[in-house]
Amino acid sequence: MSTPIELPKWADVSLVPILAVIVAFLVAGLVVLGIGENPVKATVLLIQGALGSGEGIGYTLYYATNFIFTGLAVAITFHAGLFNIGGEGQATMGGLGAALICLNLDFLPWYIVLPLAILGAMALGALWAFIPGYLQVKRGSHVVITTIMFNFLAATLVVYLLVNVIGKPGSMSPETRVFAASAHLPYLHEALAYFGLKIPKSPLNLSFVLALLASAFVWITVWHTKLGYAIRTVGHSPTAATYAGISIGRITLISMAMSGALAGMLAVNEILGVQTRLLLEFSSGYGFIGIAVALMGRAHPVGIVLASILFGMLYQGGTELSFEMPRVTRDMIVAISGLVILFAGALDGLIRRPVAGVFARFLKSGA
Amino acid sequence: MNPMAGQAPAIALSGIDKRFGEVRANSNVNLAVASGSVHGIVGENGAGKSTLMSILYGFYEADRGTIHIHGNQVRIRSPKEAIALGIGMVHQHFMLVEPLSVIDNVMLGAEGGPILAKGEAQMRAALAQLAETYGLVIDPDAVVGDLPVGLQQRVEILKALVRGADILILDEPTAVLTPDEAEQLFVLLRTLAAQGKTVILITHKLNEIMAVTDNVSVMRRGEMVATLKTAETSPAQLADQMVGRHVLLDVSKGPAKLGPVRLSVEHLIIRDAHSSLRVKDVSFEIRAGEILGLAGVAGNGQSELLEALAGIITPTLGSITLDGQDLITLAPTPAERREQGVLHIPEDRQRMGLVPAFSAAESMILGFQSDNAFGTGPMLSTAAIQTHTAKEMDLYDIRPRDASLKTAKFSGGNQQKIVLAREIEHRPKVLLVGQPTRGVDVGAIEFIHKRLIALRDAGVAILLVSVELDEIMSLSDRIIVMCGGVITGERTPETTSDRDLGLLMAGVTERAA
Repeated sequence: MSTPIELPKWADVSLVPILAVIVAFLVAGLVVLGIGENPVKATVLLIQGALGSGEGIGYTLYYATNFIFTGLAVAITFHAGLFNIGGEGQATMGGLGAALICLNLDFLPWYIVLPLAILGAMALGALWAFIPGYLQVKRGSHVVITTIMFNFLAATLVVYLLVNVIGKPGSMSPETRVFAASAHLPYLHEALAYFGLKIPKSPLNLSFVLALLASAFVWITVWHTKLGYAIRTVGHSPTAATYAGISIGRITLISMAMSGALAGMLAVNEILGVQTRLLLEFSSGYGFIGIAVALMGRAHPVGIVLASILFGMLYQGGTELSFEMPRVTRDMIVAISGLVILFAGALDGLIRRPVAGVFARFLKSGA
Repeated sequence: MNPMAGQAPAIALSGIDKRFGEVRANSNVNLAVASGSVHGIVGENGAGKSTLMSILYGFYEADRGTIHIHGNQVRIRSPKEAIALGIGMVHQHFMLVEPLSVIDNVMLGAEGGPILAKGEAQMRAALAQLAETYGLVIDPDAVVGDLPVGLQQRVEILKALVRGADILILDEPTAVLTPDEAEQLFVLLRTLAAQGKTVILITHKLNEIMAVTDNVSVMRRGEMVATLKTAETSPAQLADQMVGRHVLLDVSKGPAKLGPVRLSVEHLIIRDAHSSLRVKDVSFEIRAGEILGLAGVAGNGQSELLEALAGIITPTLGSITLDGQDLITLAPTPAERREQGVLHIPEDRQRMGLVPAFSAAESMILGFQSDNAFGTGPMLSTAAIQTHTAKEMDLYDIRPRDASLKTAKFSGGNQQKIVLAREIEHRPKVLLVGQPTRGVDVGAIEFIHKRLIALRDAGVAILLVSVELDEIMSLSDRIIVMCGGVITGERTPETTSDRDLGLLMAGVTERAA
């Protein structure tokens, strides 16, 4: 029987994920080597693509914004002992919520329509997570099952609405009209230009600031409010929560709704910030990768922001890499992301155990 | 060692050292256990008993020191090697597969090849043999989950014996047994010793040491402080050795100053989630300034009764009144009960009383998390709960004095003190106490008992649920006994005996002896 040794906190939150990424890159390097490309060169290209130019950094942070929202959404349910894997559907519904406000109210000035649109995104996202939460509390149907079912429901509902109700009249493609300019969330380069600062053009928009605010909000809520205490108690020990007079059902509903609202905010970045119209499949897998982000970030907002930037780099750098090295296709990049998810999330113990072993030996010889 | 093999001790440990990081779990431990004897090892939690036994059973290897088994020096690197050397262990928590039969459990890991039939036949023969030699009779085809706890323990012992154990280590074996079952276990242990087996008994119950062992070793803070002949020692001497100072085993308490009836329970009926009847028409009352002891073997409805009183589960029928007010309608939830002054030290502190993953400060406010003393409005002030906890840690001598240390890292006694401090400091009118000293060391037991007595003298009505008869006898002003969901009798400590209570716990209701 091996002695369980707990890792120091710094090693737990930094060393283990960093090692996981390195191992993932080594394995990915073998794949690159296998198709006859130079893995070192590929890595350099990837990092250059992600961070080598202002535009690259802009794109990286734009992708990271999506991951922050979906990562936070998953993390908050982790703390309550729940597993919301319906980020895709909640983000889709968030897009619908934002679009409904914009399509109907975009004649109003931006300072009215934008906050309403953001609230609309949060509200429908929250609703789409609240219902599975309610079904679990009242009917015992597990949220893992229902949230994934709700992904399909959201997708088909939005297709129906785009084709039959809110789609642009006379258009063949299932999308709405472009919102009026008052309902466009400004790009960061536009916002900063207003203050006389010049940064390269990219899709990075004010949602990134919202994502950082959301991270701070989650941090404060989980660790510095009575609600967060109740959420963590339910997550760690439902029996202790019952003893303490905390209603598990109520906490389930609240944390699912908060989670859905955060996932819905992905639409703020994609729909209000970039697309300025509602279209299909804008959530494109961010909801699922949010699970990996939350795992890798140890469900802590700081970790989630860092993990999101890493995935943002993979997305952006990967796109550049597939331009430069045509043999490294888009699918290869997906495979590399997959490896990072595999090592950082699923195979966490693979890294943790040897690291713990090294620490144990170190402590023994040091003592 | 002794050249005459027949007289070599079954086990001789010398100079055993074991460190975990900074902690010296065992330091220079020497122990000789005579062949064919029952040897007790006592010590507080964290004294190093479990570490020592884990070294003997091959879970850990010692950093230094030697082990001799029957005079031969050995290295034990895994439980497998320990078994090969004839060492068997019966854990406190049974390692049994409940849905499987006795024979399946005994065979597990010793199936004797891919075809079961042959191994099973051999195993049945071995079991029959053991039944004959030691009187260990058990139906090999009974499903383990259906057996009473005492028989499940027999299966564990059989598992060890069938594997050829001639040294048997038992870790707190009576924690889950009725007095009767414990008595039967002791008879079995004596039989085993008489037949030449060597038995090591780890326990914190000094009466058991006195009842069944030949020799007893006392551990304190990783060291072996004394090895004595049981016949030449006393529980008081052992307790002092364990703690390293003089301990009052008997709780001194003055006569109760009874006030008016505080809590009154009438015709309470409780069904569990599977709607089977757990508490059947139970009525009693507790007065201010009184400790009512509720004795019974675990699982006879006490837990459900306690949870119903605390508002965690809702009784099917009956009434619970506090100072004449109906609590079931007036304060149905745990939070509302708390507001009414009904506080609760739960039986299972790990699962209910604390959150092991939380800091001590966070566990210290469990149940009182909405209190404005710990943060205004929706906020929770880490500084406020840390200061509060630091104060309580001083008052209740909770060690280490580190409010941000994870609750799981405190010893059982100190964890229990966290719960105790939390509930007492919120000024209970009625205190519901479940197993207050389970897994708690002697020093802390003394402390907890004194606090409960002080609380009773201050006019609190206390319901004490415990499976420890000693505790019930020494603390209670009145005792009720539950068996099978009904109260089988009411006694006072002066007019009853362990035997009398034991019979009531077994459901024998007519007054005996």
